[in-house]
Amino acid sequence: MKNSQIQPATQEKQQQPPQIKVSPQTHQTKTKTLDKITQDYEAIIGIETHVQLSTLTKAFCGCPYNYGSQPNTSICPICMGLPGALPVLNSKVIEFAVKLGLALNCKLSLNSKFDRKQYFYPDLPKGYQISQFDIPIATSGYLDLDLPVEFGGGHRRFGITRVHMEEDAGKLLHSGDGDYSQENTIPLTLGSLLMAACLLCFGNLLQVDLNRAGVPLLEIVSEPDMRNGIEAAEYASEVQRVVRYLGVSNGNMQEGSLRCDVNVSIRPIGQSEFGTKVEIKNLNSFSSINRAIDFEIERQALLHSQGQGDQIVQETRLWEEGSQKTVTMRKKEGLSDYRYFPEPDLPEVILTEEFVDSIHRSLPELPEVKRRRYEKMGLSMQDVLFLANDINVSQFFDATIAMGADVKLATNWIMGDIAAYMKNEKLSISEIKLAPEELAELIASIKSGTISGKIGKEILFELLAKGGMVKGLIKEKDLVQIVDPSEIEKMVDKVLLENPKQLEQYRGGKTKLQGYFAGQIMKISKGKANPGLLNKILLEKLNAKS
Amino acid sequence: MVSTLHHHPPRSLSRFFSSSSTTIKSRSFHSKPILCSDQSPSSTSSPQSQILSIRHSLLSRHVTATQLAESYLTRLKLTEPHLKSFLHVSEHVLKQAESLDHRIDRNENIGLLAGVLVGVKDNICTMDMPSTAGSRVLENYRPPFDATAVKRFKELGGIVVGKTNMDEFGMGSTTEASAFQVTANPWDLSRVPGGSSGGSAAAVSARQCVVSLGSDTGGSVRQPASFCGVVGLKPTYGRVSRYGLMAYASSLDVIGCFGSSVADAGILLSAISGHDRLDATSSKREVPDFTSQFISTELLGSKPLKGLRVGLIRETLDNGVDNGIKSAVLGAVSHLEELGCTLSEVSLPSFPLGLPAYYILASSESSSNLSRYDGVRYGNQATADELNALYGDSRAKGFGPEVKMRILMGTYGLSAGYYDAYYKRAQQVRTLIQKNFKTALDENDILISPAAPSAAYKIGEKKNDPLAMYAGDIMTVNVNLAGLPALVLPCGFVEGGAAGLPVGLQMIGAAFDEEKLLKVGHIFEQTLQGCRFIPPLIADCDAQ
Repeated sequence: MKNSQIQPATQEKQQQPPQIKVSPQTHQTKTKTLDKITQDYEAIIGIETHVQLSTLTKAFCGCPYNYGSQPNTSICPICMGLPGALPVLNSKVIEFAVKLGLALNCKLSLNSKFDRKQYFYPDLPKGYQISQFDIPIATSGYLDLDLPVEFGGGHRRFGITRVHMEEDAGKLLHSGDGDYSQENTIPLTLGSLLMAACLLCFGNLLQVDLNRAGVPLLEIVSEPDMRNGIEAAEYASEVQRVVRYLGVSNGNMQEGSLRCDVNVSIRPIGQSEFGTKVEIKNLNSFSSINRAIDFEIERQALLHSQGQGDQIVQETRLWEEGSQKTVTMRKKEGLSDYRYFPEPDLPEVILTEEFVDSIHRSLPELPEVKRRRYEKMGLSMQDVLFLANDINVSQFFDATIAMGADVKLATNWIMGDIAAYMKNEKLSISEIKLAPEELAELIASIKSGTISGKIGKEILFELLAKGGMVKGLIKEKDLVQIVDPSEIEKMVDKVLLENPKQLEQYRGGKTKLQGYFAGQIMKISKGKANPGLLNKILLEKLNAKS
Repeated sequence: MVSTLHHHPPRSLSRFFSSSSTTIKSRSFHSKPILCSDQSPSSTSSPQSQILSIRHSLLSRHVTATQLAESYLTRLKLTEPHLKSFLHVSEHVLKQAESLDHRIDRNENIGLLAGVLVGVKDNICTMDMPSTAGSRVLENYRPPFDATAVKRFKELGGIVVGKTNMDEFGMGSTTEASAFQVTANPWDLSRVPGGSSGGSAAAVSARQCVVSLGSDTGGSVRQPASFCGVVGLKPTYGRVSRYGLMAYASSLDVIGCFGSSVADAGILLSAISGHDRLDATSSKREVPDFTSQFISTELLGSKPLKGLRVGLIRETLDNGVDNGIKSAVLGAVSHLEELGCTLSEVSLPSFPLGLPAYYILASSESSSNLSRYDGVRYGNQATADELNALYGDSRAKGFGPEVKMRILMGTYGLSAGYYDAYYKRAQQVRTLIQKNFKTALDENDILISPAAPSAAYKIGEKKNDPLAMYAGDIMTVNVNLAGLPALVLPCGFVEGGAAGLPVGLQMIGAAFDEEKLLKVGHIFEQTLQGCRFIPPLIADCDAQ
């Protein structure tokens, strides 16, 4: 559980293979007794994930949403909640919800509806959030995943309780926040009607940015099926993979497009009733999910073991990255009453079987199916996870082997030199100039002996950086391997003739000099001589006259 | 225009209407739209469509749009200090009329509502013009957009004359719950005009404008129409876009029309009806040409409504309805029979349940809809050093007592543990009411009832008795719960005031069958004898 690294679980914005980093030092200071204590308890973990949908416009109005825009530049009467404005549902939201519901193996509600969830907060312009309460669009699904090999591997299936549609809230900006200087808090573009998007409270100027208000979200609630930080982090990472495969969200955690709140409770092993549940927020990466949960499990186990189990209270805790701790954010005094009731401004959401079927047919191959397919192709789990991690990588791989390339060779090229190049250049696979069909051609050219593996590598880097065709490059640079024995023989003769002293030494027993001769011959062939043939002829000649 | 209007020294009505009054002597009231009619009608002749006569007058170059606008504005200026039907009067009316005259001069096409002055209830958004819903919480608020209904009538040439007074957010039946002023009934200035669209009803009744828009959540167009002796039309839910109508109870709210004739209310409805992509609850049904119903009386046979099945709702003539109202409605029944209708009594057993169900549902929805008035983005923000105090203080200062009471009731009704007993149960009652109406309307073409259990009452009379005021909504709330269209039009008078008080008849139709209501209403109105349609004081003044 406390290993140093989880290998690529997903990819962040830069499309670099992401890593769940767990510093080995983090937990080493903890005593062995603590490990022993935690062994006596079982953790119950459930996750609520908010996925921000990448629709062109918001859920209920025509405003676009772009992360990082100047505050209040993407707002209109509807998402500002001005009097008289009404929501009209963006049909893409339904489409995306159905896609995700199907991908998570859920049962879809053909008749669902929207409800209002009511509470006051300055980032919530209408005083209620349009959400789904008692009839979510999708329920009772599951998500399959494979744990990384470094963590012992293994297949897991985690239950999905529900998926529902809702709208995002705005953001509060504190005047002291560095990111939001005076300069970019101005443009409350609707001018006079916005008498104040500012509040004076707590002695600080608090400002509201409504750009994000009304952006569509899908909330995914898992069953409490996870038992440790790694499982939870891998669940979140698989959710990210699925939404990216589906193209419904960029799944970027740093920008808040994928937000996870986890619920953790523990109970002595063997006990059937659940312990008191604690919610953890502010988890901005998979590794923080992992570490926050493991921290929380230990905290709760320690309290239990010291007879202070009653100090575990139902509350929301915040993960502090700096101190690597969870701290109390707010205690929950009973359940908040959100006074849900059906949203009267929106008609019921009715799905037809035909619509659902058409979405079903349009679904891409999902990560789990892909992994099983790759596995059947004979790839190792390490390779499978790497290739299926990123939809673009897997599509590149699929396209390469579709051109007839050898599966294992294609895997090696992609995971080896291509991945290294991408990492060094900070490029994603869709940004490199190499086309899958050229990789296939390259592999075929080496396999057929047209070029040597060494030349192949050189061509690869040229293709990665500049693009072009393998055949063209071979021709243009005259890189075709020399496979004509008589041509190679000439070169061998020439080298032997020019190095009589070394030849004598060789024949005198210094056979290590074979490498020297081979190098010289390769040099005059400009690297094009077929190495096998070269060595064969060289040996014959070296040994013939002895 | 507004400022001068409001800075006039108060005048007594007698002085105001006296011919010796120097301020109005020079003003010829003959140039008001009645001049447009072919014959100058007496106050008891059948009302004619002002919209059609304006159109005729403009196209025949009898009168200019500017002259028309001036005549209305003059009357508005003189009557307003007594009526207080407007919260804001537009400064652009004459400019818009002039520009219309230029278009007419250039023989350009003009819309059906060209030159028609329209009063707009203050909870309907008008771009860059104050729109407060009668509430302090929105004092000085100017929306950045026009409500769809406003946009549509403007496109047909209608001119916004101003914003009419109302009970705060539509919550009230007298217009006394306005945060700004109390509107008087043009038939008797000591009485209320009804509500919540009291300003819109009074303005049409006093001919301060040609037609007006109101909103009807539980009767807020129909009851003031009855009190002020004008025609009030509540369309089917979904017929008119609610975009730009400040929500009170979203599942019940509709924008409705006031006119001094059935034809005018119908023409205005034609202008504003139809699907709107900005309102997901607006219907995609095609809008029929309502104006085709308004045939001339000369073309009518002796029994023009022969075979029409009319059901009188028994429960609406129960105890609690004034005798004068009952006899006026029974007079209307005789009149309908004379026109050839087959009358029968129908029972809607769920009818009495409508009132409690309405107040639960409307309050619940309003508690949610009014959450946005939190002082954060517009309106008056209280100074507070803590967030909850900021909300509490802004809302405490911004809302009046009636609104606060309904928010509290609604919050209670939606609270965990009470939801099933209140909101959910009220929804079940609503379903029952819809079924009852469906059955009754399968057997009848239209249903009729009084529009209100009494005629206009005195200002202040029910101010401290909210339950009595709520009880007055019994005739109308069921129609909103069922989402049906209903037309209220004058059918008689009861004693009261100097010249009697108008009584309205309510006709209820099947969903989206406004056409039938308008046809029946038009024939009823055109054949009604001895009913005055213009408040005598206004008529007197016009006759001078």
